[in-house]
Amino acid sequence: MAKPLKKEPRQVETTGHAWDGIEEYNNPLPRWWVWVFYATIVWGIGYTIAYPAWPLIKEATPGLLGASTRADVAEEIARVDAANAAIKEGLIAADLNAIGADPELAAYAERAGAAVFRTNCAQCHGSGAAGVVGKGYPNLLDDDWLWGGTMEDIHLTITHGIRNTTDPDARYSEMPKFGVDGILDATQISQVVEHVLAISGQEHDAALAAEGATVFAENCAACHMEDGSGDRAQGAPRLNDAIWLYGGTREAITQTVTYSRFGVMPNWNTRLSEDEIRAAAFYVHGRGGGE
Amino acid sequence: MTTPETEPSLYAAREPVFPRRVKGTFRTLKWWIMGITLGIYYITPWLRWDRGPSLPDQAVLVDLANRRFFFFMIEIWPHEFYFVAGLLIMAGLGLFLFTSAAGRVWCGYACPQTVWTDLFILVERWIEGDRNARIRLHRQKWDAEKIRKRAIKWTVWFLIGLATGGAWIFYFTDAPTLLRDLVTGQAHPVAYITMLILTMTTFFFGGFAREQICIYACPWPRIQAAMMDEDTLTIAYREWRGEPRGKLGTEGAGDCIDCMACVNVCPMGIDIRNGQQLACITCGLCIDACNDMMDKIGRPRGLIGYMALTDEARERAGQPPKSVWSHVFRVRTMLYTVLWAGIGIGLVIALFMRSPIDMNVTPVRNPTYVTLSDGSIRNAYDIRLRNMGGSDAQFAIAVTSDAFVTLSLEGREGLTVTVPANETLSQRVYLTAAPGTRAAVEDRTDVRLWVEELGTTNRVSHDTIFNGKDQ
Repeated sequence: MAKPLKKEPRQVETTGHAWDGIEEYNNPLPRWWVWVFYATIVWGIGYTIAYPAWPLIKEATPGLLGASTRADVAEEIARVDAANAAIKEGLIAADLNAIGADPELAAYAERAGAAVFRTNCAQCHGSGAAGVVGKGYPNLLDDDWLWGGTMEDIHLTITHGIRNTTDPDARYSEMPKFGVDGILDATQISQVVEHVLAISGQEHDAALAAEGATVFAENCAACHMEDGSGDRAQGAPRLNDAIWLYGGTREAITQTVTYSRFGVMPNWNTRLSEDEIRAAAFYVHGRGGGE
Repeated sequence: MTTPETEPSLYAAREPVFPRRVKGTFRTLKWWIMGITLGIYYITPWLRWDRGPSLPDQAVLVDLANRRFFFFMIEIWPHEFYFVAGLLIMAGLGLFLFTSAAGRVWCGYACPQTVWTDLFILVERWIEGDRNARIRLHRQKWDAEKIRKRAIKWTVWFLIGLATGGAWIFYFTDAPTLLRDLVTGQAHPVAYITMLILTMTTFFFGGFAREQICIYACPWPRIQAAMMDEDTLTIAYREWRGEPRGKLGTEGAGDCIDCMACVNVCPMGIDIRNGQQLACITCGLCIDACNDMMDKIGRPRGLIGYMALTDEARERAGQPPKSVWSHVFRVRTMLYTVLWAGIGIGLVIALFMRSPIDMNVTPVRNPTYVTLSDGSIRNAYDIRLRNMGGSDAQFAIAVTSDAFVTLSLEGREGLTVTVPANETLSQRVYLTAAPGTRAAVEDRTDVRLWVEELGTTNRVSHDTIFNGKDQ
């Protein structure tokens, strides 16, 4: 240790600063400290030569060691893909309904499906898969399915989509514009709306609804069935329940009958691989509504 | 030291310290503490503790890979990290207590920097001889003798460093397996790198940096000043007894014969007779050295000794100092003791009261509820179950509530789940309220989810909320 300075207080020069009579010594730095300081400078220069550092017009100097975080990421992705290759093949080879029985496949499909869903599906169906009630984006958590809720049904829907123009195998159906095209007049529409309110257990005008039953049988029952239970083969929604894709109020139903609805979902077979589609189907199936 | 006329140099070289061998009470105490602390450090990873076939049998193990900490019969899971936090707070308060009672005792006796430096100095003395021989060797040219002695010393230091770094990594994985892997070159690179870093820091800190770590690098001595007061015991030179210094037999001289024994034994290279100073770690070796000398010249011991500031005035006035106990037991130290013991008792109680089942319930609030076809309202909850027992366990899930709700499990028939040993399971459960019932129409209903381990009496519950359809 350096000897204490207090016995000869004036032998070290001061910085010239004084506060309330207290002066500040200008003591030398420890030698090791100074050398470490110089070493860091040398190290810093070497570092900028070895690694990408100096910005040029288009890119930075690449550095002698060829380090690249971008290449590292690509390598890491390739590594993970390689590690998952076997389980992805297993997922593709498995029977759709047998995925859940294999704990390893199920755990993978659940996580991969969640990632696929959040990246591709959440924009319309919401991050919690609850859709947008009344706006035509179906809630995937409930027990009501337009085109079916089995693994096969969900898998087909994701693969080919609904009412799109990009996949000839897309699920397709179209409800007539009963009001706009003059199939039904205003009275008939209000009658059939009251009937739909009646079969879905809501407040309604009984007299109008009774008239509406005939209108319904002649115009709607072909797709929505006599009792309004719908037909999944053609995506005709069930009407005698509490779930409404475009809203279940008198106004919303009138709107639907008059102008029709035409919900579209893209086909994902061009954007997602088969294992991703299967994972997404498994994830959606496991949200509480799967059949 | 520079003269006033010359420009002061920008460099201050370390002045080498060559502590002389000393015998006495405090030196003996330090040997004991060194033996016990080093023994605990090096031997602990090798102690075994049987926990059954599925768990490691190492008594003290920080299992980072499986996120578990084992300490004899105690097993700490990551969600019980508050135990570690509590122990760290206790360690902090313990330091406050010892510092306020007896100054820098941690620094002087128990700090790894002090203990390892002591060990390195011991090795140095064995190989190069005591103080005078070492000073000679230091000044000597680099001849065959110096090279030989230095090479042996550095080799022994390096081996101690290697053992220190090696012992550290044994705490993190099974020690016998790791030792075999280390020797056969099959251990993970992280093990080698950690070991190498700790070997080199031990080698450098204990062999070369020594007192400079305490003076320049360590923040603790700077903080300690806040914990010391005029009643704190610290090492002091009784200058009213010792001064004026003079050779033995000098007329009018005090008890200090200026023999420099206290300076020569000091591992920090300071002179305690200059009073309390920043570099003093209160290791007590100067007391031993001075007492030894006082015995030889037939003067009373205690020219240098543990003393509180308040005693100085009393002793100058010729009164006896207050007893050691009255310095140690005062409001401040009592308060630290109470806080320290309070946290300790709290931790022990928490340890024995912790539930064998760990359940965590996260209500799914995206969306808050789902309307089903028949108009019922369904809420979802994610239950995380940890099986902290040693074997697979079946758990039954149940619900209680004032309002009527029914329970179902995602992807399972029935209401039981099996959790493998030492694993956690995440299960989504649904509560459904029939249309128009109280739970379905009320904004919030209190519900309690229960989990019971089948075949035992272990059960835990978690209170949560059922969200109805907002009207």
